[in-house]
Amino acid sequence: MSLEEELQSNVSVASSSPTKNTAGGGGLKVHNYFGLSDSSSVESSTLSGRVEDDKATISLKATELTLGLPGSQSTELDLLSPAKLNEKPFFPLLPSKDEICSSSSHKNIVASGNKRGFSDTMYTEKNWMFPESVAAQSVVKKEVPQNIPKGQLSTTNNSSSPPAAKAQIVGWPPVRSYRKNTLATTCKNSDEVDGKPGSAALFVKVSMDGAPYLRKVDLRSYTNYGELSSALEKMFTTFTLGHCGSNGAPGKDMLNETKLKDLLNGKDYVLTYEDKDGDWMLVGDVPWEMFIDVCKKLKIMKGCDAIGLAAAPRAIEKSKMRA
Amino acid sequence: MDLRLPSKVLEHILSFVDSNEDRNSVSLVCKSWFETERRTRKRVFVRNCYAVTPEAVARRFPETRSLTLKGKPHFADYNLVPDGWGGYAWPWIEAMAAKCPSLDELRLKRMVVTDECLEKIAASFKDFKVLVLTSCEGFSTDGLAAIAVACSNLRELELRECIVEDLGGDWLSYFPETLTSLVSLDFSCLDSEVKLSDLERLVSRSPNLKSLKLNRAVSLDALGSLLRLAPQLVELGTGSFSDKLDQEAVSKLSQAFSEMKELKSLSGLWDVLPEYIPLLYSVCPGLTSLNLSYATVQMPDLVELLTRCSNLQKLWVMDLIEDKGLEVVASSCKELRELRVFPSGAEGLNDTNVAMTEQGLVSVSEGCPNLESVLYFCVQFTNAAMVTIARNRPNLTCFRLCVMEPFSPDHKTQQPLDEGFKAIVERCKDLQRLSVSGLLTNKAFEYIGTHGKKLRMLSIAFAGDSDLMLHHLLSGCESLNKLEIRDCPFGDTALLENAAKLETMRSLWMSSCCVSFGACKLLSQKMPKLNVEVIDEHPLETRPDSSPVERIYIYRTLAGPRLDMPEFVWTTQKNPEIGVSHLAIK
Repeated sequence: MSLEEELQSNVSVASSSPTKNTAGGGGLKVHNYFGLSDSSSVESSTLSGRVEDDKATISLKATELTLGLPGSQSTELDLLSPAKLNEKPFFPLLPSKDEICSSSSHKNIVASGNKRGFSDTMYTEKNWMFPESVAAQSVVKKEVPQNIPKGQLSTTNNSSSPPAAKAQIVGWPPVRSYRKNTLATTCKNSDEVDGKPGSAALFVKVSMDGAPYLRKVDLRSYTNYGELSSALEKMFTTFTLGHCGSNGAPGKDMLNETKLKDLLNGKDYVLTYEDKDGDWMLVGDVPWEMFIDVCKKLKIMKGCDAIGLAAAPRAIEKSKMRA
Repeated sequence: MDLRLPSKVLEHILSFVDSNEDRNSVSLVCKSWFETERRTRKRVFVRNCYAVTPEAVARRFPETRSLTLKGKPHFADYNLVPDGWGGYAWPWIEAMAAKCPSLDELRLKRMVVTDECLEKIAASFKDFKVLVLTSCEGFSTDGLAAIAVACSNLRELELRECIVEDLGGDWLSYFPETLTSLVSLDFSCLDSEVKLSDLERLVSRSPNLKSLKLNRAVSLDALGSLLRLAPQLVELGTGSFSDKLDQEAVSKLSQAFSEMKELKSLSGLWDVLPEYIPLLYSVCPGLTSLNLSYATVQMPDLVELLTRCSNLQKLWVMDLIEDKGLEVVASSCKELRELRVFPSGAEGLNDTNVAMTEQGLVSVSEGCPNLESVLYFCVQFTNAAMVTIARNRPNLTCFRLCVMEPFSPDHKTQQPLDEGFKAIVERCKDLQRLSVSGLLTNKAFEYIGTHGKKLRMLSIAFAGDSDLMLHHLLSGCESLNKLEIRDCPFGDTALLENAAKLETMRSLWMSSCCVSFGACKLLSQKMPKLNVEVIDEHPLETRPDSSPVERIYIYRTLAGPRLDMPEFVWTTQKNPEIGVSHLAIK
């Protein structure tokens, strides 16, 4: 069967009968991502009943629904003509449609005869950093085609993905992470004494005063205090740091990322950790290697609460976040 | 003549109505029936914790005894939902503590549960009996201690695959000597060693104990003494099965197993050594459920075990079983209803290719007439195999096939796997759950839309050509309740075309697809009864409408937009500067 067949089906307006195909309304054409130029067709949204016959464009505009919504004019995604590539917004984490359809047709793929990885299937090779052995972080990465104006790019920095670089897709195959972690310790035959997983990862909890929940970091994924500190800054910018009302509601002092950095770098907040003896110490006093050995928990404390922690360890009740 | 039924009479009648579906119908009859029904409902199921507010539930069902909640979307199991997304148990526990004092059972799945939550439970519900946490996280063993200490009538404490901050094994010692009501204890997901003497004492004073699932730290030797104290167990999850025992210890353990006449379910078997497999032979004929998914046992040993399991209904195993092993299952386990085969290779456990192909599943489909639920991870598959399986087993209700290499075609014909899945949906008229994989074109989804009329849950990854596929599904699958999609080129058109369908479903998840920011805004504005969450770790405010978003999660709700969204979750109503509100967990 060919992928290049064109189906014409009448679809009803979305708001009336969603599960039936009734006559009336426009046609929905197959959008062929493998399309060769002479067989390409595009889908059009047909809520208004209008059919877009322009084969070279796809319309995202659902005319009936666009009334009154600012900025929702249809954007024409030109799938097949590279000349218009630079008008198309580009989000580096996802394959863009034009690249999908510009690869070879499905027939050719079918005839290839070998089991294939990503690189020679639907997506052109250069645009999926996804062949068998290449590390792909959280979402599939893409190379940035040269002719996209930089201004339209959102950040290509994919560093939000976990630093443990395994050459596999996140969440694939769909095996529960609990199971993965458990089996990982099986095959390491680790010398767990206190139940911590082997040298794979060293997760400690990080809490912050005023934050409603904790985060976890893998200390082994950083090599120095600077990396840890910037990772934590990033993680905790989601929290409001203003003074909360008596019922705990977020106060008026909303802080953005810059202010948090200032706070963390300044004296208002300090990073502390609980060591194996249960004492709370200031982070940064001991060499990094020693630190990750003894650190059990991290806590971002208000500066005033951390007075006295300076050099000498002092036992503190760990009640703050658990009260 | 007053034809109204006195409410006491109605209450009595309703006490025989268990099914919540029926009760929902009852509550629609008239106001007085609504009132009577709501005051007498004992079990409440909220399958999406954000579909309704905790206060509304607590207010409506003040007499409820049991609450079941589900939080994060299913794909959270595979790390596709960023940390901090939501699913907090705290507001629910707070609301129930205030309004539903009779609550004694709490079952939570994929939720964030903190120690404060557990302490609150312990403090608020006088007669708390059942706590089952599945795939939950956020709490430590200190919270367990709080439960142990306070719940003097505790019956069930089950932690299923939870991520627990393990501060040590002391928590078990907090069960008071007066606690004798324990029926089920599952701490298999904890790491730390518990004190054996405390565990033994707990087991010996629990005559009703039916289910005991130990963690890995419990040694084989310890297992022996525990089994001797609890030969009445119906479900057993062993600890580590690999210590070296001397001959006497081995024979004592063997004896202990043979005393267990009631045992129906066996799991655990971590690191099991082949020489200990024979210890299990005596219980095999009685087993209906066997979970070997953590047992790295090779095929010959598995075969020895499985030939003896003639009454097995549920088998979870790793692909180390190979085609040969599955043939043995097909001939020995005629009562089999559910088969799950997990990959051993996914984490480098087995670097060489295991000799398991589609043929294994075909054999089981031929030999096991009651087979209705399948989860099968394998490296390759064929259309012919699926056609055969469908022909053999039209009674399948759940078919989840994971061909591990994305975009893999039929390895014999190099065709897409469309025809195979077509056979499945066409023949298996009662199919409720389907996961597809491999190389799939539009056609496959046209077939699914045409034939999958009873499909309730559908999972799709790395498939598809175009929006038409999504359109087929949303317009064709009448019973569709949960749809989860990742890495497919589905986009706006089908979504917007079928917007109304989304209100008939519990939820839709799409990640790494081609849904644009503008479409999300449009959808959420047009459909106020849906929460359209854009989960994207890059800032959205300056994004053009046409740019694709990383993930969307759309679900119907009566509660409106939730108030505990982190910064990376965006909805039309939310002000992006607002951080997490106080309604989030403590």
